[in-house]
Amino acid sequence: MSIFEYNGSALVAMVGKNCFAIASDRRLGVQLQTIATDFQRIYRIHDKLFIGLSGLATDAQTLYQRLVFRHKLYQLREERDMKPETFASLVSAILYEKRFGPYFCQPVIAGLGEEDKPFICTMDSIGAKELAKDFVVAGTASESLYGACEAMFKPDMEAEELFETISQALLSSVDRDCLSGWGGHVYVVTPTEVKERILKGRMD
Amino acid sequence: MSKAAIEGPPKGGFSFDLCRRNEMLLQKGLNAPSFLKTGTTIVGLVFQDGVILGADTRATEGPIVADKNCEKIHYIAPNIYCCGAGTAADTEAVTDMVSSQLTLHRHHTGRESRVVTALTLLKSHLFSYQGYVSAALVLGGVDFTGPHLHTIYPHGSTDTLPFATMGSGSLAAMAVFESKYREGLTRDEGVQLVAEAISSGIFNDLGSGSNVDICVLTKGHKEYLRNHLQPNPRTYISEKGYSFSKKTEVLLTKITPLRDSIHIIEGGDEMEE
Repeated sequence: MSIFEYNGSALVAMVGKNCFAIASDRRLGVQLQTIATDFQRIYRIHDKLFIGLSGLATDAQTLYQRLVFRHKLYQLREERDMKPETFASLVSAILYEKRFGPYFCQPVIAGLGEEDKPFICTMDSIGAKELAKDFVVAGTASESLYGACEAMFKPDMEAEELFETISQALLSSVDRDCLSGWGGHVYVVTPTEVKERILKGRMD
Repeated sequence: MSKAAIEGPPKGGFSFDLCRRNEMLLQKGLNAPSFLKTGTTIVGLVFQDGVILGADTRATEGPIVADKNCEKIHYIAPNIYCCGAGTAADTEAVTDMVSSQLTLHRHHTGRESRVVTALTLLKSHLFSYQGYVSAALVLGGVDFTGPHLHTIYPHGSTDTLPFATMGSGSLAAMAVFESKYREGLTRDEGVQLVAEAISSGIFNDLGSGSNVDICVLTKGHKEYLRNHLQPNPRTYISEKGYSFSKKTEVLLTKITPLRDSIHIIEGGDEMEE
């Protein structure tokens, strides 16, 4: 069994028209036993920057705490929030530092950059950045997610349509994965508001 | 983390904190994840006015294509570019590191960087990690001594060649070069030959795919042709797209309006004595 399959996770982020959406499943398990059905995988760094962490849950929480620490230091020194591109480079550097003993995490970063242009990226567990203009996926359900997103994604979707698309892609993919599911958690961020929604999915 | 109460930004280099724990997990039967690799076909050739580098754009994670259009031609200096194959994080990190070192060196010396400088920095870094930093590179550039093309292997050995290929698609590309390369190619002939070699890798090697990126370096001038050829467009695109008749069931919605950030006004009152 792979280390990534110890806890199970599914994460996806998509770009829309001046907005982005990031979604995750809600299950936390220890191999095949479900421990929690309301586990938080997507964290807010600042109003317009979210990071989802898939993989081993303990490493995800440790990494999140380190990143929040570094971002707060940055805010104190620079008196402003970090841009998503800068934050992605920071995460990449922190992961690469542990190249020969890595964190077993795959982050998905989504944010609104300059002039509210949406930015998404994902990385492997040692920090190789993969920038995309349409969608990025991570987690045990990633193979199904790739397929679902390829089929369902359209460029320049508005916030409501983007929400529907990302929810359908997430729920249909986690239905094909034993280790993730138990509902969904979707954040849709536009320049004026953040809409957080909990989805009802199959409870198996 | 256990010794330092406050952890500031790291001083650089690798940190081996988690190695013991990861070793323990491996022994318990939990296999390590696969890293993002660039299966790749990367090539370079020297033509009459300089160097042309080419690369495909597929990044793989095991058998899955993780990125259909990634950039494998990395910037080292305004006159030096480097194609990377192997573990994606390693090629990106090592080329970024050498690029920063060369920028500082240019500030110290006030001169344009030489290709052999980049070569030496890369090979000594890779050798000191004994091949564990898995980066196979094709380095090319034009400096005042002329055009140069080198290959660098993960263990730190280098070759200086008139034409070179690396990566899983290197045999397919080398076949094209060996039959069609000659000295004194013009720019257009060179670009055509590089495109053919990369295409041969894209179609015949499973680890390479998508588009062809080309970078032409001549004295004092560079041309980065991103997606010069796109021989694999998406064929079946539904006009209507997906329409979802049954909407997702939402249990809870929370809306947070975003305030405008506070603007700092210049001036203001002086503090009272």
